[in-house]
Amino acid sequence: MTLTEDVRADPVRPAGLGPVGWLRWAWRLLTSMRTALILLFLFALASIPGSIYPQRSISPDKVAQYFKDSPGMAAWLDRLWLFDVFTSPWFAATYLLLFLSLAGCVVPRAAAHWRELRRKPPAAPRNLSRLPQHASFAAPGRTVDDFAALLRAKRFRTVTGPGWVAAEKGYLRETGNLLFHTALLALLVAVGAGSLYGYRGNVLLVEGNGFANTVAAYDRYIPGQRVSGESLEPFSFTLDDFQATYVATGDRRGQPLDFSARLRVADRPGAAERPYDLRVNEPLDVNGTQTYLLGHGYAPAFKVLDGKGQVAFEGAVPCLTADQMTYTSECVIKVPDAQPSQLGFLVRFLPTTVPAADGSWVSVFPGAANPTAQVFAFSGDLGLKSGQPQSVYQLDTTNLKPLVMGNKTKPLAVGDTLPLPGGAGSIQLTGVREWISLQIAHDPGRGPALVAAALAVLGLVLSLTVRRRRVWVRVGQGENGEDAEVGGLTRTDGGAAFADEFSTIVTTLRGREAGEADSREGANHAH
Amino acid sequence: MPTEMSGLATLSDQLILATVLLYVFAMIGYALDLGFGRVRAAAAPARELVSVGAGAAAPADGPPAPAGGSVAPAQGPEPPAWAARAAVAAVALSWLGWAANLGAIVTRGLAVGRWPWGNMYEFVVAICFAAVSAFLVMQIRQPVRFLGAFVSLAAALGLGFAVRYLHVQAGPVVPALNSYWIAIHVTAAILAAGLFILAGVSGILFLVRKDGPSRLPSRADLERVAHQAIVIAFPIWTFAVIAGALWADKAWGRYWGWDPKEVWSFITWIAYAAYLHAKATAGWKGRAATIVQLVAFGCLIFNLVGVNIFLSGLHSYAQVP
Ligand code: HEM
Repeated sequence: MTLTEDVRADPVRPAGLGPVGWLRWAWRLLTSMRTALILLFLFALASIPGSIYPQRSISPDKVAQYFKDSPGMAAWLDRLWLFDVFTSPWFAATYLLLFLSLAGCVVPRAAAHWRELRRKPPAAPRNLSRLPQHASFAAPGRTVDDFAALLRAKRFRTVTGPGWVAAEKGYLRETGNLLFHTALLALLVAVGAGSLYGYRGNVLLVEGNGFANTVAAYDRYIPGQRVSGESLEPFSFTLDDFQATYVATGDRRGQPLDFSARLRVADRPGAAERPYDLRVNEPLDVNGTQTYLLGHGYAPAFKVLDGKGQVAFEGAVPCLTADQMTYTSECVIKVPDAQPSQLGFLVRFLPTTVPAADGSWVSVFPGAANPTAQVFAFSGDLGLKSGQPQSVYQLDTTNLKPLVMGNKTKPLAVGDTLPLPGGAGSIQLTGVREWISLQIAHDPGRGPALVAAALAVLGLVLSLTVRRRRVWVRVGQGENGEDAEVGGLTRTDGGAAFADEFSTIVTTLRGREAGEADSREGANHAH
Repeated sequence: MPTEMSGLATLSDQLILATVLLYVFAMIGYALDLGFGRVRAAAAPARELVSVGAGAAAPADGPPAPAGGSVAPAQGPEPPAWAARAAVAAVALSWLGWAANLGAIVTRGLAVGRWPWGNMYEFVVAICFAAVSAFLVMQIRQPVRFLGAFVSLAAALGLGFAVRYLHVQAGPVVPALNSYWIAIHVTAAILAAGLFILAGVSGILFLVRKDGPSRLPSRADLERVAHQAIVIAFPIWTFAVIAGALWADKAWGRYWGWDPKEVWSFITWIAYAAYLHAKATAGWKGRAATIVQLVAFGCLIFNLVGVNIFLSGLHSYAQVP
């Protein structure tokens, strides 16, 4: 940036001032460019732990694992908010200070720049030959106005005085600089507003089922502080079909190639449904609320008959994927209504089943080419009445009696029924469906953040590429009897390129006939 | 769907080996020129405005170096003529290596039927290509041939590392990478990284070079090259990060979520911004600014190597074998 701000970099400490003086000093310190830089650095440093420790907002399971592995350490880290870095008070403090500092820095500078824009270039210094760029040449009969016109043609802003011209250009540099910093401020606001007024949530949806965008329909719902449950965009959709394709052969066998979820979407309650093909890079957008396809898995469907021959359970059971390469999945079925005693099942779902050498069965491919389910059955008390909340993915076997065990029994293919011993009933694999996990997010800050970011880049490019430079011409005063003397100065780094520009300017000012004259030009002249 | 190991993929792998060899030979040529060519004076004075088409470093018939391309005047005895010829040969070898590198990238792309930077191997290969391209383009117009030895070395090491530790068979990418954004986001990251490497190499040389006559270029030259490269690279990097955010908004359901790669891109960005501030603010030139630049460069490299290998995140497409 320009050199000018350095003047403000280190406010002089007040000696024996009252509280107002101290406040003013603190404000100046906070809003100096150097402080802004330091805060920016701190902001960057503050984000490092967030990349090292698992974050609750991103991977809560990893945080839980950390607590399991080293509880003592985890407790300490947690006290320092190291699992929630980006929502921690100290991160917020850096953010806020940075914001204040930038604002306090940009506003006065914008005002100063505004005044500067309307000011005339400063008068020529007395001794042009002491400037970094300097040249002199014979210019019989040329006037100050001639030179000023030539400089104006080069888009300099000029002012003339007795025997001199002062010219300046490159104001866009500071304009760009201010644009950049203002855009940065806007970006901070947009991001903040997005998290206050936006929400996000996750849903798991099995093929054939529907979702309506209400708070109750979410498995996990994270609203911003300023979001009310009624303001959710009232759309709904049904998942008709999910398709995944995988590499079928070679050493990348099993790598996913494409996911696609066929939805029927109603933008408003009662609106006509439209089909939508939801893919990984193609979220569904309903008036700014985005629905993303995050993951998928299997939901085998079962029918359980109890000891009395009644249908005690029927439906698809979403399984957790235990292995990404083969989609071997694990699920739990709880049948509290079974008579005479409750039934519970652990299921291992194998999408492409082959027998293994040791007599067990494994899956070798994520696609459902030969789907089977290996069932482990229990009867007894599922423990649902204890009042303790239970995970649907876990079976508490403390009060359960194993009925069917063993890896070596042939798993159920679709349509197969496994009778339970002792007349406890039976379980049948009736079909295979798939589930998808979705994220639904509304972030009103997205658009503004993008605009701010684009403006920031524009400002940045301007402030990095435009140079602020001044040129002065004096007529009729050369030391060696020349008629014109030119001096140039750039206020920003990169004086090297300015030397080039300066010599072309001098050539222009000298005009055609001067080119071959015995040049006493000093432009390219080392100091 | 592309097959496992098509002829093109094999050709690509062979071209990479050829590239490494050519870069190594080029490096030897540049090193001979550096070692036996002209000795350069201490540091050119900061406001040295004479553009000397100095020694072996300036193309004889090329356009004149811009003023301030202040290569310090030559000193010492006249160097042997073959030193200059070694330099010319080195440049030719660099161009050959560059062409082989390009060929490797193109054949890989054809073999897999997508943009050839979908995993860390392909990405590193492309960055090395970008770094060499940046150098070759720069040396057409400016006397920076002295950097050749170091840029070739960096590229050869980078490619060697990629071949030895990162290589994966040509193949399709996961669905998330199947998007035109890869052309925008990753290409920008590659371009910026190539230029940052050029700056980083200059920065390291700046710190290595002692005062007094040396076969290394003057500090002012090194600083200028680094600054020029960063001024171009920084907006491109900014763009790459913003494009990443736009892509993340499509692919991951948010434009910014402090994923490790996002954190480190941001840190890298801040560090280079700090360098530019340091340069522009009086008193922070030379050594101090160079150190800031190298810290930023360290962040860049960590973002590439460290984040992909040690920190798991959404960018784990890197497919480090
Ligand atoms: C805010 C979001 C993002 C940021 C800040 C970001 C940043 C970066 C950066 C700095 C690089 C360059 C080099 C390096 O590895 O150090 C990079 C590379 C890459 N990015 Fe992103 N990115 C973002 C989002 C995305 C998204 C959404 C995708 C794809 C779904 C993606 C895919 C890639 C790929 C494929 C590479 C190539 C190298 C590799 O595999 O590591 N990025 N990203």
